[in-house]
Amino acid sequence: MPKATNREPYQQSYYPPTPTGFTRYMRNSLPWQLFRFFMINLKVLKLMLKSQH
Amino acid sequence: MSRVVILGAGISGHTAARYLSKWIGKKHEVVVVSPNAKWNWIPSNIWVGVGDMTEEEVTFDLKQVYDKAGITFHQAKGISIHPEGNADNESPHVTVEFTDEARAGQADTLTYDYLINATGPKLNFNATEGLGPDNGHTVSVCTAKHALEANEKLQEQIEAMKKGAERTFVIGTGHGMCTCQGAAFEYTYNVDHALREAGVRDKARIIWISNEYELGDFGMGGVHIKRGGYVTNAKTFTESLMVERDIEWITRAHVNKIEPGKIHYELLDGSMGELDFDFSMLIPPFAGVGLKAFDKKDEDITANLFAPNGFLKVDGDYTPRPYEEWSAEDWPRTYQNPIYKNLFAIGIAFAPPHPISKPMKSTNGTPISPTPPRTGMPSAAMGLNVAKSIRDMLNGAESPTHHASMTEMGAACMASTGSHIFRGSAVTMTVYPVVPDFVKYPAYGRDLSLTTGEVGLAGHWMKYVLHYTFMYQSKMKPGWSYMPD
Repeated sequence: MPKATNREPYQQSYYPPTPTGFTRYMRNSLPWQLFRFFMINLKVLKLMLKSQH
Repeated sequence: MSRVVILGAGISGHTAARYLSKWIGKKHEVVVVSPNAKWNWIPSNIWVGVGDMTEEEVTFDLKQVYDKAGITFHQAKGISIHPEGNADNESPHVTVEFTDEARAGQADTLTYDYLINATGPKLNFNATEGLGPDNGHTVSVCTAKHALEANEKLQEQIEAMKKGAERTFVIGTGHGMCTCQGAAFEYTYNVDHALREAGVRDKARIIWISNEYELGDFGMGGVHIKRGGYVTNAKTFTESLMVERDIEWITRAHVNKIEPGKIHYELLDGSMGELDFDFSMLIPPFAGVGLKAFDKKDEDITANLFAPNGFLKVDGDYTPRPYEEWSAEDWPRTYQNPIYKNLFAIGIAFAPPHPISKPMKSTNGTPISPTPPRTGMPSAAMGLNVAKSIRDMLNGAESPTHHASMTEMGAACMASTGSHIFRGSAVTMTVYPVVPDFVKYPAYGRDLSLTTGEVGLAGHWMKYVLHYTFMYQSKMKPGWSYMPD
């Protein structure tokens, strides 16, 4: 069987966006993730407070 | 002295019990009835299901905690509600059947001044032939015990793959009317992570199968989030996560039969499919636990009090309407039963007025669309606010003083993988409100500053913090009531 030199486009995995190297790096960057941790905490706290009536 | 009886000690029932014992426990009696001796922080069962946590880390003994808090605990299941009393007992009461070893099968009657139904769901594995760990061919992570079994079977597959075998993993929903897609979604990523850590991911095909119309629906009709300078949909976000992890997906599916190694399903377009598998974790559909209700003449009034799916009707608007006419106003606010004002239902036990996702039927007439999720944060908010209302009603208020509609509360979901603090990851999603309100937020039905999605270590840490915080708080250790619910 000859080696494929082209890629089938119309597949499930062809369309969704995939993360760039920079995005993947930022997902594990400690300074950035510490900042995001703080921000997620704030957001969850805000969600909890907005759920009390 | 009044008595408040709480049927069920899950997230919503236990939250209500904790606060009621703190606020009214010295003057009134708080009674909890639960068929389980242990409390389970269900969100962390996912980690038990891949061997990252033990059963002991996600459960604790309810009686010990309740004894210290002055709460009366009966290990029993609710059988029937008699809101008007009857000839034998004029007071409103419930009948229960004990499940502890000493009194197993014995029945008793508990009178109440206020009753909170927080019984959670019946895991309806029987809805699909061959579904579930007991009489079927799939595993589950719905209870800590199920999750332990799931991990045992997962480890067997990993061992076989280490010896060179190839395996197919199918994870998702086991029926066309399931909810809780989020739990299955999180388990998928944890299995993917476990296989990578074991160095066998290249031997595995992982397939997601669900009743969602599109990926990222999660029973909430999907959500919109801001990402990369656009407002995009959770469909795009979730598909991206699947592709990145080389996970295939099948949506719009009703699993109708499972044989050893083979899943049969129907799609919305009416076509039928089959899927071979070696390991499968499929969430069952939920139903009410089967409580009955009787009036003072002992005539069955179950159909008046409960919706056909077995969940208790509260102050929602249950008038059948087409999807286009659904609104935020339909959803219950106080969780008080409209007929019996001293009866409440919270968590999964209350009857939603309708789904959130648009109902769909296949060309064969099979309903294939998610039912509404009622996850941890909304359940806790309902428990807390109903406890506040009952406290105030015991102090003289005529009607509930607090409300917690799912159209005015948020939810956070952290699908976290791995146990290593720096090697794990998480998909973090926050949603506000859970039920979209297109009058208040015309474009997308939700507040986009609080409806977000991101991937990274931060969510992984957050999930850990939440696990240990909620376990501490639920054990009612010093300062628990100062921690947010």
